[in-house]
Amino acid sequence: MTALALRLRRGWRPGSAALLVGGVLTACLVGIALTSLVWTPEDPTRMRILQKLRGPLVSGWLGTDHLGRDVASMLMRGAFNSLTTAFAAVGLGAVLGTLAGVAAAAGPTFDAMLMRICDALFALPPILSAIMLGALLGPGALTAIVAIGVFMIPVFARVTRGAAMQIWAREYIMAARMAGKGTARITLEHVLPNIAGQVIVQVTIQLAMAILTEAGLSFLGLGLPPPAPTWGRMLAESQTYLTQAPHLALAPGLAIAAAVLGLNLLGDGLAARLDPRRRQAS
Amino acid sequence: MLRHLARRAAGFAVTFLLISVLVFCMMEIVPGDPASAMLGTSATSETLAALRAQMGLDAPALVRYLRWLGGLASGNLGVSYTYGVPVGGLILERLAVTLPLTGLAVLLAVGIALPLGVTAASRPGGVADGVATLYAQAGIAVPNFWIGLLLIMVVALGLGWLPAGGFPGWGEPVAAFRALLLPALALAIPQSAVLTRVTRASVVEVMNEDFVRTARAKGASVSRALWRHAVPNALVPVITMLGLQISFLIGGAVLVENVFTLPGMGRLAWQALAQRDLIVIQNVVMVFATIVIVVNLGVDLLYTVVDPRLRRRA
Repeated sequence: MTALALRLRRGWRPGSAALLVGGVLTACLVGIALTSLVWTPEDPTRMRILQKLRGPLVSGWLGTDHLGRDVASMLMRGAFNSLTTAFAAVGLGAVLGTLAGVAAAAGPTFDAMLMRICDALFALPPILSAIMLGALLGPGALTAIVAIGVFMIPVFARVTRGAAMQIWAREYIMAARMAGKGTARITLEHVLPNIAGQVIVQVTIQLAMAILTEAGLSFLGLGLPPPAPTWGRMLAESQTYLTQAPHLALAPGLAIAAAVLGLNLLGDGLAARLDPRRRQAS
Repeated sequence: MLRHLARRAAGFAVTFLLISVLVFCMMEIVPGDPASAMLGTSATSETLAALRAQMGLDAPALVRYLRWLGGLASGNLGVSYTYGVPVGGLILERLAVTLPLTGLAVLLAVGIALPLGVTAASRPGGVADGVATLYAQAGIAVPNFWIGLLLIMVVALGLGWLPAGGFPGWGEPVAAFRALLLPALALAIPQSAVLTRVTRASVVEVMNEDFVRTARAKGASVSRALWRHAVPNALVPVITMLGLQISFLIGGAVLVENVFTLPGMGRLAWQALAQRDLIVIQNVVMVFATIVIVVNLGVDLLYTVVDPRLRRRA
């Protein structure tokens, strides 16, 4: 075996392939989303009715839609819109969920109550919450962010509660207690840093989930309002032209699948590296 | 066992009450009054007050909440503002589409995932394992409504094998079943991907247990050791995942019903939002949430049937 092969083999730790493929796909997604802020092949909202329903490479890279808008440009800006909604929703779920989970693990007073609230929130799928919030706030980014974010609170709460409880049982926590540190200080100094890895893994996996859900909400008209392009609305609008212009249904669907696949693989790869339970298992 | 059942039933009741408070409060703070929405802007204040009294909207919030809870128990959920018919009947009519759709989706998902996951686990690292892993990763990543669009494009419009949408009603059972097949498949594929992953991991773990090795040592073939000894013992995580997935399945049903224009609960909720029929939204959401918690309660009880060790522990 050559020295290079040996070095590669030694460096090839569990989850490396997933981490690599997921990392590349996610980097492409973020890169495309950010590029769309400064450059897209065409203005994604510009309608050219005379060039409507053109196929890929006939007009632009991926053709045009029923209003003559450039599909590639819409996909690029859609990536940004999708990612920002997903990041905001996961941020909301991660912050509130981690707080709830850590508080539940720190003392039995909150535990039962918080877990019941989490059960209740988990029984409301984000699409139903979005329909209720849609009645309250009207369809839009805020509705999508709150609906997805609230559904994620119990997910993060459960993960962090379990992980934090394991940390609370460690001897160094007992030592910290003996040294006179209070619950809040131990949580900040010892518990949170030790569960950060698992929270990061969960953030990546939930980002994938959020992109899927955001696409679903936009598909129903509960996401960002027009003319902002979103992958879900592009799919909804493609429904009428399935036989005439199948590329309109294929492009956004593949974009969603690639984004979700990338984030899922990245999450799996990170889990193999950062999550102690999975690290031991592998 | 009885204590376990009682504890789970109490947990169910608390979750149900919390959801009902949440749903009621959200609908309470929605701007606009149902009575004025029904009568329009030209209604006099007397007519408005009379209708509010007739609809029970003049009572304090707590009284209305308790009345609604009572209505949920008795099936008297009020009258839809837009359809002008009792909401209970409307929901029952739509459940006759949504429940068979989700039931069929679960059957298809298990039908795909169990053989695929078990075959993959029988030889980890083999060809079947590779196919299953690929299917699981791809299946989780694709949105069910997109699968629905692709199925319409290929199977319905391209090949003409099944209808592209609509529902003829259960008066024509064969046509109704055919109408539900593609939407159920669209719902089932992502679910089966998740289940394949869990089944594979669970069976691989059980195959390494001592009792499976003993069965093999006593002369049981690989397939007997797999299906007779490993699979039944690997089912608990699969059932757990199935229970957790119900929430996603219901969310998916709302989308898929809209793709295939099926007159189910999801489409009802979506149309109710467009028409601002708040009483329908409130009750549909509550019924969906109740289904989720009932299924999770059922899954919890199913553990004790599937795994006798848990029965003793409970």
